[in-house]
Amino acid sequence: MLTYLRRSAAQVAFVLLGIALINFFLLHLAPGDAAQVLAGESGAATPEYMEALRRQFGLDQPLYVQFLRYLGNLVTFDLGYSFRQSLPVSELILQRLPATLLLMGTSIGFALVAGCSLGFLAARRAGKLTDTVISVVALLFYATPVFWVGIMLIVVFSVMLDWLPVGGMTSVEANLSGLALVGDVALHLILPAVTLGLFYLAIYARLMRVAMLEVYGQDFVRTARAKGVRPRRIAWRHVLRNALLPIVTTLGVQLGSILGGAVLVETVFSWPGLGRLAFAALFQRDLNLLLGILFCSSVVVVLVNIAVDLVYTLLDPRIELD
Amino acid sequence: MVGRDRQVGGGIRRRVVVAAAAAMTAAAALGVLPVSAGNAVAQEARQGGTLSIILQPEPVTLTPSTNMAQPTQVVAGNIFDGLVSYDFDLKPKPALADRWEVAPDGLTITFHLRSGVKWHDGKPFSAADVKWSLENIWKTIHPRNKSLFENVTQVDTPDDATVILRLSKPSLPILSVLNGVGAPILPKHLYEGTDILNNPYNNKPVGTGPFIFKEWKRGEYVELARNPDYWEAGKPHLDRLLFRIIPDAAARAAAIEKGEIQYAPYNPVPFRDAERLAKLPRLKVDTRGYEWLSPLLYLDFNVENQYLKDVRVRRAIAHAIDRAALAKIVWFGYAKPAISPVPSSLVTFHNTKLPQYGFDVKKAEALLDEAGFKRDANGVRFTLTHDFLPYGDDYRRTGEFLKQALKRVGIEVTIRSQDSAAFIKRVYVDRDFDFAISYNNAFPDPQIGVVRAFWSGWLGTGTPWTNGSGYRNARADALIQDAGIEGDPARRVAQFNEFQDIVLGDVPSLPLLELNFFSVYSADLQGIVEQGDQVYSSLKNARFVQTPKGN
Repeated sequence: MLTYLRRSAAQVAFVLLGIALINFFLLHLAPGDAAQVLAGESGAATPEYMEALRRQFGLDQPLYVQFLRYLGNLVTFDLGYSFRQSLPVSELILQRLPATLLLMGTSIGFALVAGCSLGFLAARRAGKLTDTVISVVALLFYATPVFWVGIMLIVVFSVMLDWLPVGGMTSVEANLSGLALVGDVALHLILPAVTLGLFYLAIYARLMRVAMLEVYGQDFVRTARAKGVRPRRIAWRHVLRNALLPIVTTLGVQLGSILGGAVLVETVFSWPGLGRLAFAALFQRDLNLLLGILFCSSVVVVLVNIAVDLVYTLLDPRIELD
Repeated sequence: MVGRDRQVGGGIRRRVVVAAAAAMTAAAALGVLPVSAGNAVAQEARQGGTLSIILQPEPVTLTPSTNMAQPTQVVAGNIFDGLVSYDFDLKPKPALADRWEVAPDGLTITFHLRSGVKWHDGKPFSAADVKWSLENIWKTIHPRNKSLFENVTQVDTPDDATVILRLSKPSLPILSVLNGVGAPILPKHLYEGTDILNNPYNNKPVGTGPFIFKEWKRGEYVELARNPDYWEAGKPHLDRLLFRIIPDAAARAAAIEKGEIQYAPYNPVPFRDAERLAKLPRLKVDTRGYEWLSPLLYLDFNVENQYLKDVRVRRAIAHAIDRAALAKIVWFGYAKPAISPVPSSLVTFHNTKLPQYGFDVKKAEALLDEAGFKRDANGVRFTLTHDFLPYGDDYRRTGEFLKQALKRVGIEVTIRSQDSAAFIKRVYVDRDFDFAISYNNAFPDPQIGVVRAFWSGWLGTGTPWTNGSGYRNARADALIQDAGIEGDPARRVAQFNEFQDIVLGDVPSLPLLELNFFSVYSADLQGIVEQGDQVYSSLKNARFVQTPKGN
């Protein structure tokens, strides 16, 4: 275990360095720089103004100097400064991180619980009507674009029924605090979390169903059946536990990729999260900020992968880490 | 509800009227009073309340000193007063300056400032602030004003309420940019001796305007509160402005329709939604308040392109485009065909007697034949690539319209899309394009927003929104330069008339449409559009007839 973690730490450092390098040079391939974007948005500029901006942003330096400076910052755990937003990158990320974590956590929790339950149910009733209905619904959620689901939910539940707010994270105009604020955030969370969750729900439901059916066909299940173990016990004790391994793998992959899905949902629901920040930073050529966000999400992905390995050993004691 | 309303005004002196209105609001909200249009009490405009406004996209900074982007100005216009503001005819009217005089020779401009005005931090506003702002911002780092204030050699402040500009040559366009965002006056005591671009007050601005900055929660909202010490007695009427950042157009339409947002400037929703929203009795769609900007959509031809360097080809393309249909189909009528690079809202300078490129396919074909570009076996004369301004669907669909129009005369068009950074680099820096659509604001004087598209002095500098076509004409250059320092208004008009004649004849850049931006607002609001620079000005006159949702 310890050797595993030690070896992982070394690998992580190496991987992160590589990510920083690739991100930096990849992003600098995009045409146009931050000064041009700012001047473009301003609708006017003078050469002197653009020069002042480039000096301010450090864009007048050669690329290798910019990269060395960036690496130097990273080594000292400094993510740099976003000149466009006039704030340190770490501060911007910390401001937005809670909103994204809340949205991600809620939607993944919802998708995992509901998706696995549906998949479990479908597998136990394989070939029957329940199974067909669940499979069709899952296929539908899987195939529908996330932003469209979001807009439809807004039209139905916000505009037509007037049950839930259109977007945002709180009702700012109401000046709430304490419990009322928590309730308000929860209300605002429902639609985006469901929108983002439905897609993953579909994946988990289908995956769970297939994994369970596969395990059902294995010898040890037949043995258990022959011994006269009740079907319910077989499903819970023997099949489910074994079927969870692919779910954990997928969960690990998705935790890493959910930032991508969050961009759409955060945009549709005006959710003040990291995905939107990253998206805006890309279009504004705010490279310090974008690099910071990409770097932090790389760290998350690497850590999640380690966690997935550890969970494997818990689920299946035969798996060894070394 | 009453409690909430009190909280909103926390720390602000409240008058009995406001409390009464709040109580009435609460009663209405609880269903005690019927909220209907026929209710006489409810029709009385009320004091107070929070106005929720759409802000899109999120601004870079909240101080208009170096950033002229739309979201910055929409917020800053409420925080910063200018020396003047502009009526619907674009004539200046008093703001921080009570009155002003221009000497007959045009070499001295004197401003008499209003007395008793205070900055939001309580320090008095004085002539020294104006002098400092002019010398350190308008004349140096301001992206648009630098050339306008070039000829100001000295600023005198004989007393705290008088500012005298002394000029080496007359500069009449100055009088067209003196509102709060055009020539922002910053507090000298907070900026003097600091790095202006990095001053922390850029994001927590201190102005003299009717609303005070309170909070900017990035990704969510910018909050302004009523300035209780505003110099115009009894104003503003609202307690709070809440600028909410809603990035998705469909979500913006839903928030407006639901009443969560009561004011949405600057084309907040697609035209199709605007049509639908305009039919709702609770909402109004208004195109006034953008006169000071006068946006013009135009087509820049790269005059170094092997086909487009022939003026006959450029004229043929001009004849091939049905601009009235473009305005109607793509822009849903929120635009009208442009007949000159100087939009018609600039009444003084707009030349109505220019020869026009009427929609005439036969003439276009004849011109192309004459230029020697015959149709090949497939009916194609040549192929061009079109880059559209990446500011949304309207520009992309304009590109598609052009593609169809040019196909009829045998020009094949490939549409290329990219983000704005790539667009700017392609057109203004690398000049690696054939023809592109873009738009500029003209502002009340052609010197400010029009001539930059034609003056050859910009070539080679890589500056966005300048001479993208690569046009060089010595006579046009001379006219541009002379008009900039001409003291006689009548002679300037003559100079600009000739300028328009030349550049429309050479057509390096084809004016397509005068755009009409629109705002959507709640029918319950009064005083929301009061002047020609409204969208960049303050909402000090705005007030609710009834209580908005969520208040």
